[in-house]
Amino acid sequence: MTITVLLFASYADALGRRSIDVDLPDGAAVGDLVAALRALPGAGQLPARPLVAINERYARFDAVVSPRDEVAIIPPVAGG
Amino acid sequence: MIRAAISRDPIDVPALLAEVTSEGCGALSLFVGTVRDSNDGRSVTGMEYTAYEPMAVREMHVILDEAARAHDVERLVLVHRLGALALGEVSVAIVAAHAHRAQAMDATRFVIEELKRRVPIWKREHYADGTREWVDPTGAHAVSEVP
Repeated sequence: MTITVLLFASYADALGRRSIDVDLPDGAAVGDLVAALRALPGAGQLPARPLVAINERYARFDAVVSPRDEVAIIPPVAGG
Repeated sequence: MIRAAISRDPIDVPALLAEVTSEGCGALSLFVGTVRDSNDGRSVTGMEYTAYEPMAVREMHVILDEAARAHDVERLVLVHRLGALALGEVSVAIVAAHAHRAQAMDATRFVIEELKRRVPIWKREHYADGTREWVDPTGAHAVSEVP
């Protein structure tokens, strides 16, 4: 399955884009997605355990992702 | 009356105070965050804010609901600015009204602390030397670049 991952701020700069498609086996979890993402060129700056949101909610690393989900990698937040 | 919003236009703070005030309230509490001219010893010339907007607004609503429950506040508004801001401009404003001061003040404090902890908003500082950098409160993953 292909998951489209939204990128923001420093992570979008690091990968040079605002979203990226990641191919994963069915049933893959957030942790698998992050590992696949970090293996891509330019993604070495992503931390091993970034915050991840599924459908606008923070998700655990063992949460399963599906192609229907809106998945986002969340850099350290800095509002205010 | 509880409202959370993101704005690309300047935040009208007096309008927010007028929005929450009522004759039953003896206290209005206001927190305003502004763009500062220095950070970590570096001279800052401006700031740009960006967000994962739908999630940011959703999370802002969650925080306001938590604040309302925890501090018994029914009149609470939170507005965060996005885009390019000059020094001194208002980046965030929180207003709470209550019959008594403790609840109003505790609610605004709760909202700003939780916003900084978990709302997906980011800011990039522009420095006097021409560089710019995403602010990382965790200090771990700064990405620096020259425009």
